[in-house]
Amino acid sequence: MAVAQEISGVDVPRSIRSERTHSDRAFRFVASGAGLVTLIILFLIGLFLLLRAIPTFRENGLSFFTSTGWNPAVPHQTGVAALLFGTFALAVIALVLAVPVSILTALCLTEYITPRFRGPLVTVLDLLAAVPSLIYGIWGFFFLQPHLLGLSEWLAANFGFIPIFSTPDGPYFSQSPFLSGVVVALMLTPTATSVMREVFSQTPPGEKEAALALGGSRWRMIRIVVIPFGRGGIIGGTMLALGRAMGESISVAILLSAAFRISPHILETGGNTIGAHIANRFGDADHAFGLPALMGAGLVLYVSTLIVNVGASEVIRRSRSGAGVEI
Amino acid sequence: MATHTATTTVSRPAAEPATRDLPIRVASFGGDDLAALLGSAASGFAVMWLVLTQLGQFSSLAELGLGWYAAFLGIYYLVVRQLDGRVLAGDRVMAVVVFSAALAMVVPLALIFGYLFKKGISGLHWQFFTETQAAIGPLDPATKGGAAHAIVGTLQQVGLAVLMSVPLGVLCAVFLNEVGGPLQRPVRIFVDAMNGVPTILAGLFVYAVWVSVFGWSGFAASLAISISMLPIITRTSEEVLRLVPDGLREASLALGGSEWKTTWSVVLPTARSGLITAVILGVARAIGETAPLIATAFGAYAMNTDPFSGAQAALPLYIYKQVTESSSANVQARAWAGALVLMMLVLVLFVIARLIGWSAARASRRRITNAAASES
Repeated sequence: MAVAQEISGVDVPRSIRSERTHSDRAFRFVASGAGLVTLIILFLIGLFLLLRAIPTFRENGLSFFTSTGWNPAVPHQTGVAALLFGTFALAVIALVLAVPVSILTALCLTEYITPRFRGPLVTVLDLLAAVPSLIYGIWGFFFLQPHLLGLSEWLAANFGFIPIFSTPDGPYFSQSPFLSGVVVALMLTPTATSVMREVFSQTPPGEKEAALALGGSRWRMIRIVVIPFGRGGIIGGTMLALGRAMGESISVAILLSAAFRISPHILETGGNTIGAHIANRFGDADHAFGLPALMGAGLVLYVSTLIVNVGASEVIRRSRSGAGVEI
Repeated sequence: MATHTATTTVSRPAAEPATRDLPIRVASFGGDDLAALLGSAASGFAVMWLVLTQLGQFSSLAELGLGWYAAFLGIYYLVVRQLDGRVLAGDRVMAVVVFSAALAMVVPLALIFGYLFKKGISGLHWQFFTETQAAIGPLDPATKGGAAHAIVGTLQQVGLAVLMSVPLGVLCAVFLNEVGGPLQRPVRIFVDAMNGVPTILAGLFVYAVWVSVFGWSGFAASLAISISMLPIITRTSEEVLRLVPDGLREASLALGGSEWKTTWSVVLPTARSGLITAVILGVARAIGETAPLIATAFGAYAMNTDPFSGAQAALPLYIYKQVTESSSANVQARAWAGALVLMMLVLVLFVIARLIGWSAARASRRRITNAAASES
């Protein structure tokens, strides 16, 4: 008894100090600072665009969001309505083309292709993602668009009864939102595919095998297991591609001939997006009116891409973690 | 005799269902299947050719192409349905659709490289790397003058951008993966968001805070480039750091290493080749960026080797200006030569990054097999 007491008296547990050393605290401080810098830069971009755009908001008021013209020297004749419409129209055209191809390519990579060819196909996609936007622009302008004019003509001739394919201004098909959208779609596909592939590849193999064991064909298995499981990845990849498409500037500036109008006829020559407009007009914008108006357009683009991208990353994260999927 | 009849009566019912219930082998694709596929493709083409050129008015290649693809899928469905049944027919047709989508990715890449090479090789000559556009007018032939000023500008701008964005990006990745804390979630969300912010806005931002005070300069361009590079470097570095086994971190901490020592001497060296790959891929992305340069470097025709003052040319800007300013053949030829050089730069960086990645993967595989061998 006495011995036990003595031992317990000696063996008082040593208190473990979880306090960090000075160097560790400095390390944590610096690393957190680096994390904060990203937040600060992102915030500052928005802040400075807003500050620089104030003159144009004062000049134009709310008509900045409803006007379709671009005449910064005259009050109430400058607005982003046509630009914003064009930005979304081009993005939607590009997505309609890019998303199905991305889903199919991602399925090809995860479910169909043999491992021997998977590496080369991934390399092709990575290379497509590495080609600069400028190169896509000039290649699309000089090579792809002339070759696709026939497709535009054919769509207008055979599906002209659908309003978006009609061409009331006559048969002018070059530099149209549709043809530009095709090139932008090509640029989006690698990004969207890699997001979808990552999510598809996390489909639980047990469920896939169960679907096959119950007699399902491979496509049936994909439809009832892989696609429902990867729905978050499909939505997230699509939103990410939407953000990319909205921000595409240089290629669209080369591909699309600038026109200020809200027109649903996507096969017709002419259109505009915010990014392309800034790239086109920055060089000759004057300090008093032109630049603030461009900054205002930039702010609108900033806010819309930020919303789309935060949403996309949230959806992708959720689908990656497997939350929202019942197993 | 009796045994003989017994075996026949037993074996007959067993043999009959066997012929009916052949298992569907989903993954197999033999010579007959290939013949069905090619035959359907040929007959689809024949049908569309007949319909479009003999019966109707041939209108466009687009019509023939789309019509052929639709007819091909339809005929292939019917053929496989006749041979193997309805379930397999749908499966095979979808396999064709899936593979043609993947093929639709390979074709544009080949077309881009082929067209760039065809257009660019004629304007490419030795002076392209040694001379500038200082004394060159739009009427001068494409063989005169070069893009040395643009190449120097791009190298300086991207180099400075790497110096700024790589330490910050890797540190940010270290924060996200090693340090964490309450800021981790918002920072990760906003790094993603920043990755999607159009690069032209980075240019406008730098114009507002730097250029409007200090004037055009290559350094302003490198600021804008590093803003667009930062999220790419951060995201890819974070993925690389995540691959470092936790056992290494725990071993270092258990030996008494501080968090800082663990990160500096264990985590970062382990991830070194991955980090280098991440940086090279970031550079490959940054080198072709045009949008952030318009409002920052502005572009020039003469050599400017000082990135801190005065407008400076850059290779993407050089191409963009040549393409948009004039449609004459000699100016276009200069642009294509520039585009070919730019694409080759990107390609070389891409291949280097891949080689480093492969050799690192092989080294780690060897290490693992060696460890397994020494254990056994």
